Amino acid sequence: MRPAQQITRRAFVTASATAAGGLLVSLYLDRPLRAQQVPVPGQNPRIYPPDAFIELRPDGKIVIQVNRLEFGQGVQTALPMLLADEMDADWSQVAAELAPAADIYRDPVRGIQMVGGSGSIATSFQQYRELGARTRAMLVAAAAERWKVAPEQCRTEASVVRGPAGQSATYAELAEGAARIPVPATVQLKKPADFRLVGKRVRRLDSRPKCDGSQRFGLDLDVLGMKVALVAHPPVFGARPKTVDDTAARGLTGVAQVFEIPTVSGGTAVAVVADKFWTAKQARDQLKIEWDLAAVERPDSAQLWATYKQLAGTPGNVAVTRGDQTSLDALASGDRLVAEYEFPFLAHSPMEPLNTTVRFDEGRAEVWAGSQFQTVDQAAIAEVLGLKPEQVTFHTEMAGGGFGRRATADSHVQREAAEIAKRVPGTPIKLIWTREDDVQGGYYRPMHAHRVEVGVGPSGLPVAWRHVVVGQSIVTGTPFAAFMVRNGVDRTAVEGVADTDYAIPNFHVSVHHPTPNVPVLWWRSVGHTHTAFVMETLIDELAARAKMDPIAYRRRLLNPDAKKLRAALDLMEEKSAPWRAKLARNHAAGIACHECFGTAVACAVDVSIENKRPRIHRATVAIDAGLVVNPLSVEAQCQGALVFGLSQLMANGAITLKDGRVEQSNFDRYTPPYIVDAPVAVDVHIVPSIENPTGCGEPPVPVISPAVVNALSKLTGKRYRTLPLLTV
Amino acid sequence: MAPATYELTVNGQKRSVTADPGTPLLWILRDELKLTGTKYGCGIAACGACTVHVGGVATRSCVVPVSLIGDRPIVTIEAISQDPVGRAVQDAWVSHDVVQCGYCQSGQIMSAVALLKRNRKPTDKNIEESMGGNICRCGTYVRIREAIKMAGAQP
Repeated sequence: MRPAQQITRRAFVTASATAAGGLLVSLYLDRPLRAQQVPVPGQNPRIYPPDAFIELRPDGKIVIQVNRLEFGQGVQTALPMLLADEMDADWSQVAAELAPAADIYRDPVRGIQMVGGSGSIATSFQQYRELGARTRAMLVAAAAERWKVAPEQCRTEASVVRGPAGQSATYAELAEGAARIPVPATVQLKKPADFRLVGKRVRRLDSRPKCDGSQRFGLDLDVLGMKVALVAHPPVFGARPKTVDDTAARGLTGVAQVFEIPTVSGGTAVAVVADKFWTAKQARDQLKIEWDLAAVERPDSAQLWATYKQLAGTPGNVAVTRGDQTSLDALASGDRLVAEYEFPFLAHSPMEPLNTTVRFDEGRAEVWAGSQFQTVDQAAIAEVLGLKPEQVTFHTEMAGGGFGRRATADSHVQREAAEIAKRVPGTPIKLIWTREDDVQGGYYRPMHAHRVEVGVGPSGLPVAWRHVVVGQSIVTGTPFAAFMVRNGVDRTAVEGVADTDYAIPNFHVSVHHPTPNVPVLWWRSVGHTHTAFVMETLIDELAARAKMDPIAYRRRLLNPDAKKLRAALDLMEEKSAPWRAKLARNHAAGIACHECFGTAVACAVDVSIENKRPRIHRATVAIDAGLVVNPLSVEAQCQGALVFGLSQLMANGAITLKDGRVEQSNFDRYTPPYIVDAPVAVDVHIVPSIENPTGCGEPPVPVISPAVVNALSKLTGKRYRTLPLLTV
Repeated sequence: MAPATYELTVNGQKRSVTADPGTPLLWILRDELKLTGTKYGCGIAACGACTVHVGGVATRSCVVPVSLIGDRPIVTIEAISQDPVGRAVQDAWVSHDVVQCGYCQSGQIMSAVALLKRNRKPTDKNIEESMGGNICRCGTYVRIREAIKMAGAQP
């Protein structure tokens, strides 16, 4: 840590950014997060300097830098909790700030500064605890020096060090002395039983400013001299204008400039720079652009489905194979089941539309953005502007949701903002994507077709399983491909199937990755969004066919070592049993369980049909995410993730293309769940654990849709294999 | 159209703005008056992030042109704490840890305050009707329900 003013943040960031190191090593390892075990104490090769993360102010305030974007997931509270607990800080004095892009703030495991894969707590658990413990040790050493006692004779509590003879000093008083103490190489971390904050229901640090309008998001930024930019994007990805008539647009008062810029997908767009949003919007509306669509592929959903379904009938690149692949064909036709599924493109639609502010000056730039990939975006902006990354000061702004949308390997929004800023040096440019730009702008959860052939044994359990997945690769063509694509298989397309915990002896999963002209991206819980739906609806169907209880059936089929899933399933069963036993007339219970990024979630829902739509009266969720830092936050993430997962079932829950153009443009036709579409009540139960923490932002997403349609199937007798759910 | 000058009453203060008559109130608040607590989410009154009170009525400011405001007073999230119901709703939101990303919550709170001013004991159905146009992409709806009920129960 450092006393205030000892070193300015900018000086520090500049120093650390120019230091060597920090390669893009891995985002996901072989088994996401499961492989990313938190290093055991003493084995972490890196000692993070407390002064980059902690500021002790004279008034007692403790300001902690959070090395992640906060966009709802609660990391801005959870990481400071870890640090403050080990530091024995008074929680009421703790404040958090989102750290700028800098080498020191890169993810300790993944090598880039990022949020993704629900890994923030998993990969920074050790880091933030050690930071707190080291800081505490330095404060104690400073006190011991002052009182001429041994550090072991001192104890700490609530930001105060107490000595053996009744001496006491606050952390703020000791800060200057502590800053001169060398950072200890090793520190003792607390045993879980000694935690004071970790494991407690701690309210978010950012609630009040988000309730009184004072929280600034990226879109709210107001920099002196700033102008607003809107961009007319090509109606088909990668297209270019044939002619641009900007006479009317330029004629509007307040319009500064109109010019063409290159797009990441190889096309050309038209940027409008104006004094304010509404001026820019009107000017963009008045552009007359004739687009050249002849040179670009014009994807069409209907045609894509035809191709995808045909591909699903042929074997693809093998993701996993075990057992005897002829056993399926040897079964009698009555013991075989074929299921074909369709999943559309999905937009993330975070509530805060995408935006980035860039000011380009001679030899440097300053950026404000809510980014999940700060160092990646920083480097991309630098490249556009002909700068080195360390010449780009990158402020992390609070973001209004993201769900993966602010984690683009090609940094297309930031590049666009930089292209515009490059043309108007010295003027801060706030690039705003309207909702229409966002809905039509690509970077969707890819559409997928699945075809599954299942052979059922005499016990009613599946004995053979042949599964073909068809969908675009998310990571091909990005730096992530090096370790996420093997043998032509993008693991994000088959996660949740290829690594299923259901013990199916003869098992074969293959994948086709078509390459239509649509940019795609990870959407909260990534491949699990579709794979869990297939697995959990099919398993439910098999249970019904075997006339077995769906929970008991799953328990029989799960690998014995699937401990987390079993624990979550057991807890969900116990907690939902009372209401499942007395369902109202015309209600049905549906269940699902799934493991995602090392976290297991089981869910039960009470569903009826109202106005031809599923009405979810209640959901019970059980989650095993290892040691839980903030149960209140886990509860909130589970509740919210269910609603996000329900996006898939909304009648208007699909992005479709016709002749190359996206058919939806706003929430009227691409509609996220409203309050009436969400569960009325959600109770969340956490499996007690002191195992290494895993994430909870994404893992509860995949279970809700299959749980709901499993209930619907009970009510209607129909099976639901095409999303979105147009009719019940 | 040519810009015109409008005398607005915003959060109890007279504010004079000169703008194109068609400019939505949302962008008057955000870009002219620097009241950025009111959010842009969709621009078509489909998400409720821009909800403010105009003449005491919860209104989607993204589709109301400034020229149609007249002398109706405007209240935004920045001043809602001065209203006892507004304060109770904000406190209930904090106490229930409702927010996640928080971007939609100004609009949620403004809708909730309008509801509770009419009905201090809303049923789930009342809540769904009044809050039915406010999207929360983080999915905080169950906590919103609880917080509304708690705020309504305040004396």
